[in-house]
Amino acid sequence: MQTSDKNISALRALLDNIKKAPVHFLHAVFRHDWPNTDRTRSQAVFSNFFLHIHSTRIHERSLRFWSTCGLGVASLCTFIILVATGILLMVYYNPSTELAYSSIKNIHFVVPTGKFIRNIHRWAAHLMVIFVLLHMVRVFYTNSYKNNREFNWLIGLALLVLTLGLSFTGYLLPWDQLAYWAITIGANIAQSPRELTDALGITQMLDIGGLQKQILLGADTVGQEALTRFYLLHVMVLPLAMSLLIGLHLWHVRKDGGLARPSEETEEKPARLLTGQEVAFRPVATKTYGLMALVKGKTPVVDKGTENTVSTWPNAFYAEMAVFMVICSICVVLSLWMDAPLKELANPVKPENPAKAPWYFLGLQELVSYSAFMGGIGIPTLVLLGLAMLPFLDRNPEQQGLWLAGKSHKAVMLQSIFLGAAIVVSLLAFTIRFGWMRDWFPGINQIVITFINPGTLLIALLMAWSLWISYRHNSIRIGAIAMFSCLVIAFLILTYFATVHRGPNWEFYWRMSEWPTH
Amino acid sequence: MNDLTRKPQPIGRRDFLGQIATCACATALGLATVGMARLPFPAVIPGESSKVKIGHPADFPKGESFWIASARSFVFHDHEGFFAISGICTHLGCIVAQNSKGFHCPCHGSAFGLLGEVKKGPAPSALPWLEISLASDGQLIIDTQKFIPAGTRLKV
Ligand code: HEM
Ligand code: FES
Repeated sequence: MQTSDKNISALRALLDNIKKAPVHFLHAVFRHDWPNTDRTRSQAVFSNFFLHIHSTRIHERSLRFWSTCGLGVASLCTFIILVATGILLMVYYNPSTELAYSSIKNIHFVVPTGKFIRNIHRWAAHLMVIFVLLHMVRVFYTNSYKNNREFNWLIGLALLVLTLGLSFTGYLLPWDQLAYWAITIGANIAQSPRELTDALGITQMLDIGGLQKQILLGADTVGQEALTRFYLLHVMVLPLAMSLLIGLHLWHVRKDGGLARPSEETEEKPARLLTGQEVAFRPVATKTYGLMALVKGKTPVVDKGTENTVSTWPNAFYAEMAVFMVICSICVVLSLWMDAPLKELANPVKPENPAKAPWYFLGLQELVSYSAFMGGIGIPTLVLLGLAMLPFLDRNPEQQGLWLAGKSHKAVMLQSIFLGAAIVVSLLAFTIRFGWMRDWFPGINQIVITFINPGTLLIALLMAWSLWISYRHNSIRIGAIAMFSCLVIAFLILTYFATVHRGPNWEFYWRMSEWPTH
Repeated sequence: MNDLTRKPQPIGRRDFLGQIATCACATALGLATVGMARLPFPAVIPGESSKVKIGHPADFPKGESFWIASARSFVFHDHEGFFAISGICTHLGCIVAQNSKGFHCPCHGSAFGLLGEVKKGPAPSALPWLEISLASDGQLIIDTQKFIPAGTRLKV
């Protein structure tokens, strides 16, 4: 009798467990109660792998729109959209020179929702480049790249390079005329160190350019090998590297003490968060926590106290969801409004005229039309190196997290924008009107042109200007503002110029409508 | 006996072995990475043969020039003989077009003279002359990989 009683109670327990299984399952996954109080929400943020990239409380200042303009989150959102739509495109895309073009046509014209998904993928890619660049601009002008954040700035630069790399490798995949010639030019830019080694006569011994082109294309010309490699990079290598580095980047934002903020809070007008909560900064007494000595650097609590923080859930999550929704809407509207381009099938014996790279490389293409090596490799490397050195050259920790807050910062930015614009426009006008050295001295040695051309001259002038500004204002930060502002305006003008004013044979035209038709 | 008593060591035995092991692992992984980096560099450059048959000399009347798409080059026949000039721009690899003054490139506006010499634009060097020869069946062959000094012609 006793045994059967026991058996019955085991069966009861089984029944009970089946009934409670959903609850137990939920508890196994989420190890906290329903997140409807500050306490359980904090537990959720704390114990969830995906949420714990946030701390449980966040500084009020970080949530103000003008602190970040949501640009970092916007970059992340476009990346997520690109991964999702990219996987869908892979269902039908075929990376072979014979089938690639027709598989894109198939996606565009036959596959249900194919055109829409392809459009979203294309426009989100453009948006990602824009957001990542703007995000860098915001980090620069808010002085947020120093005081423990040097390394995160470098990770950010690597993310910028990866973003451009993803765009570039994706560009080849449709295997149309646009793709074929853009990548031919790109691969030959990789080969352009030969311009230098040829002039020095050492190409036989040290053919860096040749090796770079070989590893990129796997052959001498853009063909099946190149398509295979670009596909591999575009769908595997670069997205994996990107995901890893984005994880690292966000982890660092947290480990470096949250977003950069001024070291002393000043009283300001209260602001309203998306949750409706009104917040105001109060100057806080400085505190130190002995335990924190264990953790390197600063954490949000060191010498701040928790006074100026709000709970991450819901305040930060609302803000992030809002950005995500805005980005999704932009993508959807763009995709309904405009179709991603698809030219004729790639034709290796007839280049597009003009053969233009995607817009964000057009500024470089203008420089490349003076010297392949300097425009395609020399100057970009110099600019990237300069950006990478920035947090190690400018170490003054004042006014972090504020837009151009120091004395004469805004003035220098405006001066630099005007001067930079004037220099770029005059160099362009001069080159178009009078040509360059080869037109004046036909037999001139290439190496002279490689080193002295409108592109290198531009960089030299901008560097001279910002050095002088550093000296005059006796501040490295102000010199950096001068240089960065000049580069931003130069990039914008060159991009605009090459987009609108360069036509067939890379000749100058006032308007696109004046292009000769053929 | 005395040998066995411990003397103070500059570095502990376990630390030493540990460091050696770490170095060994690092070396092994380093060499493995170098070895793996070799793979993407092709041993044989794939692609069509660089030698392209273009037809019999009689197909190319004297005083004219011809665009040979399969060799991406121009063939000329003047009073001194045959020669071939590559149609691939030395700047960044676009295909040049012929005009009365020579060649021009659509991509960044390089211009070349009648014999391929640079006239204008960013191209760092002249359009190369390609080796042209007679095959045993009497056809002309262009080798798109063999550059020869400008001015060399084939007499038939
Ligand atoms: C795929 C590209 C990128 C993604 C997804 C990304 C994402 C983010 C996010 C979500 C933040 C938090 C603050 C905010 O929303 O602005 C952030 C901060 C930061 N990012 Fe990026 N980022 C990217 C590229 C870059 C680039 C190109 C740079 C600069 C070269 C950069 C440097 C920084 C720095 C220094 C911070 C800390 C700023 C502060 O403390 O105020 N990031 N990033
Ligand atoms: S590829 Fe011919 S000018 Fe650039």
